[in-house]
Amino acid sequence: MTAESKIELLTSESRAEIDRWVAKYPEEWKQSASMAALRIAQEQNGGWLTNDLMDAVAEYLDMDPIAVYEVASFYSMYELEPVGRHKISVCTNISCQLCGADDVVSHLKKRLGIDLGETTADGRITLKEVECLGACGGAPMFQIGRDYHENLTPEKIDELLEKLD
Amino acid sequence: MVNIEINGKTIQAREGSMLIEAADEAGITIPRFCYHKKLSVAANCRMCLVEVEKAPKPMPACATPVTEGMKVFTKSGKALDAQRAVMEFLLINHPLDCPICDQGGECELQEMAMGYGQDISRFSEKKRVVKDKNIGPLISTDMTRCIHCTRCVRFGQELAGIRELGATGRGEHMEIGTFIEKSVDSEISGNVIDLCPVGALTSKPFRYSARPWELTEHDSIAPHDCLGSNIVIETRRSRVMRVLPKENESINEVWLSDRDRFSYESVNSDQRLLSPMIKVKDRWEETDWNTALEHVAARMNETIGQAGSELGTLVSPSATLEELYLAQKLSRGLGSHNVDHRLRQEDFRDQDIAPVFPYLGQPISELETLDAALLIGSNIRKEQPLAALRLRKAVLNGARLMVVNPIDYDFNFPLSIKEIGSTSAMVHHLAGIAKSLLHLTGEQAPEGLDNLLVNVDSNDNHLAIAEHLKSSEKASVLLGNLCQASDRFADLRALAGLIAQLSGSRLGYLSEGANASGAWLSGAVPHRGCAGQTLAEGGLNAMEMMASPRKAYFLVGIEPELDMNQPAQATRALQQAELVVALSVFDSPALRDQADVLLPVTPFTETSGTYVNVAGQWQSFNGAVESPGEARPAWKVLRVLGNFFKLDGFDYLSSEQVRDEIRQQCEGIEADALSPWRCPDSVANDDGLSRIGETPMYAIDGLTRRATALQQTRDAVDAAVYMNPAQAASLGLQDGNQVTVRQGGEMAELPVCFDERIPERNVYIPTGLAATATLGAGFGPVELHKNI
Repeated sequence: MTAESKIELLTSESRAEIDRWVAKYPEEWKQSASMAALRIAQEQNGGWLTNDLMDAVAEYLDMDPIAVYEVASFYSMYELEPVGRHKISVCTNISCQLCGADDVVSHLKKRLGIDLGETTADGRITLKEVECLGACGGAPMFQIGRDYHENLTPEKIDELLEKLD
Repeated sequence: MVNIEINGKTIQAREGSMLIEAADEAGITIPRFCYHKKLSVAANCRMCLVEVEKAPKPMPACATPVTEGMKVFTKSGKALDAQRAVMEFLLINHPLDCPICDQGGECELQEMAMGYGQDISRFSEKKRVVKDKNIGPLISTDMTRCIHCTRCVRFGQELAGIRELGATGRGEHMEIGTFIEKSVDSEISGNVIDLCPVGALTSKPFRYSARPWELTEHDSIAPHDCLGSNIVIETRRSRVMRVLPKENESINEVWLSDRDRFSYESVNSDQRLLSPMIKVKDRWEETDWNTALEHVAARMNETIGQAGSELGTLVSPSATLEELYLAQKLSRGLGSHNVDHRLRQEDFRDQDIAPVFPYLGQPISELETLDAALLIGSNIRKEQPLAALRLRKAVLNGARLMVVNPIDYDFNFPLSIKEIGSTSAMVHHLAGIAKSLLHLTGEQAPEGLDNLLVNVDSNDNHLAIAEHLKSSEKASVLLGNLCQASDRFADLRALAGLIAQLSGSRLGYLSEGANASGAWLSGAVPHRGCAGQTLAEGGLNAMEMMASPRKAYFLVGIEPELDMNQPAQATRALQQAELVVALSVFDSPALRDQADVLLPVTPFTETSGTYVNVAGQWQSFNGAVESPGEARPAWKVLRVLGNFFKLDGFDYLSSEQVRDEIRQQCEGIEADALSPWRCPDSVANDDGLSRIGETPMYAIDGLTRRATALQQTRDAVDAAVYMNPAQAASLGLQDGNQVTVRQGGEMAELPVCFDERIPERNVYIPTGLAATATLGAGFGPVELHKNI
């Protein structure tokens, strides 16, 4: 009758890291660490969250699973489907748009042979459209993994793509 | 209090209250969707925008506290503009499907759109479409209609205590749902149907069956638990279409449990008994009432003659006060005190000192003001779901809830302390708590207890429970259904009473069925008459009537093989009896097997009557629909039977007359749950495998057992032997194994099912199910043998 515990799905390293976040908040507000915990769980799992992993986070932080689903589905940086090894997040918000984000997107689409929100067949790259990443001074820009790349041109994009494994 | 002015009218409002509350109290309507007086303020629909003097922009009335001298305009140009604009936005994504929407006619959005909407939409882009979810057998979803008020989400979080629904996604993509495919399992989930201001969440059993404007409303009282929730039965052309809660702050507030809301399905069941029937040489023949009653009178006189004690009368604890009273009056008129409603009770040792009726010890609403409570043998969340809501509120306000239970139930509130064990372990725990209290208070142990306490070691939990109860200003010790059904009821009751006395807490009962209080007051017990009057000579209790079989029986609204504590024994006794007359709402193969005469009677929807709830409130109701076929209200059948037996005092013209006769006798009765002290025989914790025979919440009576939708929920428990894995391992059993269960001579074959909540040396085998109807007592020793 009692559901099986899913806490074990979080590696001990992940749990130790989540504990560091939990310690930052008052004891009765463990759920404040949910965003950090989801990020940690996502990194542990190759960049995306399974339902089981979200359940594990909920259990670990004494939250209702639905409350964790709400957080994970609200923020665009949490991935609920498998993603490629590299995630390219292209900003198409106003400043980048004025400076040619459309060209960046169409160039990427052509080079990778995928549409926005898709992953290359070899599982290497996921292409994603995102809102402003706060780098308007270097528009147009995108992010590969955690790194920002600004003032993009087709040549620069090709160069960056070459370097990815 | 502060003075404010709304639309030029000066009103007084409670300091700290919101504008919308003040306006509601003054009868000034402000439109709203997300605001609900029983839920937290979300202020996300913005429909209640009003103009406040000196505020630069319209303010949401639900989230604006009143302040002295505030001037508010709810119908000014500015306010109306704001409300209309909000309405237009809400309608952007709302489908125009009112003609096929179940909410149509009672839809808050529809009403507001009439008042504040425009007749033309300026929105020409694509509308949002949301996939419907399957969230179980009770609630239908049409999520495209959702306006994201989050009332259902807040209800789960704040009231039900399990948050099953949530708002996932963001912006345009936000959706209300469970996110993963999952049913909503709360025992009070149906309330979200009432809360939903649009047609997103509607009743599944009621779906597409009627329009609100075709329905006639009838006030009534819910027939399943001892609270007596107030309900509205909605009917169309002599058919019950649905049941809704009726607000009563002192009982059910604005809520209703799913059991009370959806059990109506069975009154329309095709298993209804529609005409009187007589068994003639093993064949059932339909007949008319006159013949049937003449037959009953003649056969009864023939069977029992002058030996009244050969008659046994068993009445459902959910029968009305009038039915219970007339049943005992008839039985006693025929010379038999063998009358009882305590069908599931096993331990009758101290019935002579039982209180005049099982009293909660306080008004229901006071449960939420407790500082501490000790629950003994209670699965309150499933047994009295709305009482659990009150306790939950108390806990959220800092009360300590402690339990001594046979199963580690999952409550919707956190427990401070729990002691889980068999019924003998429960007695032992209570003795430990009593010992701690004696130590704390320095009082003398009551007669006989000293000797027993020598072998009791009170542990830290016992001491903590004792301290919490004693140090709390408002504390209660509550005896639940399992306690009252258990084999050690007398011992538990004695110790609980002592604990309550020593700690200055109130003792209270959470009694079985809808009308246990009424049953005691009306005299439907063998040893007492109406109003608790002591009898010179008593009769046999429910169990004794079956253990030493009678020649004749009256059964009123019961299915013995499912409602009695010893179902196998009851079945045999009835099969052997010469005359069994069953007044029943339903026809069933089992009744045909046990009875000789079947008399069709009506459920709560088709009779007038009275329920007395556990707080001692008398609530009368009238029938809502005409009865089908030849079915007649049971009080009328019993009354006319009295005439056929030529008994005096059966000339009532209405059920009100019967009620007034009882009322008169009950005048001056003071409710008190405490019994005088009687020392238990033993408080030792014995070992050996024993059965816990809880009745699952949707198996408690004939109505719930036939309610189709309720039977598809997760609370409709399957027949099995539930035990924890360690216990199973020690018996060499695995999950899914078939075992033969033996209780003395009775047996049944059931699968093993792992359940971590069951303590060691115990197995939970549900009662009230067909597959366990061949077994013995609900509580007591049990043997398991693995089938090969």
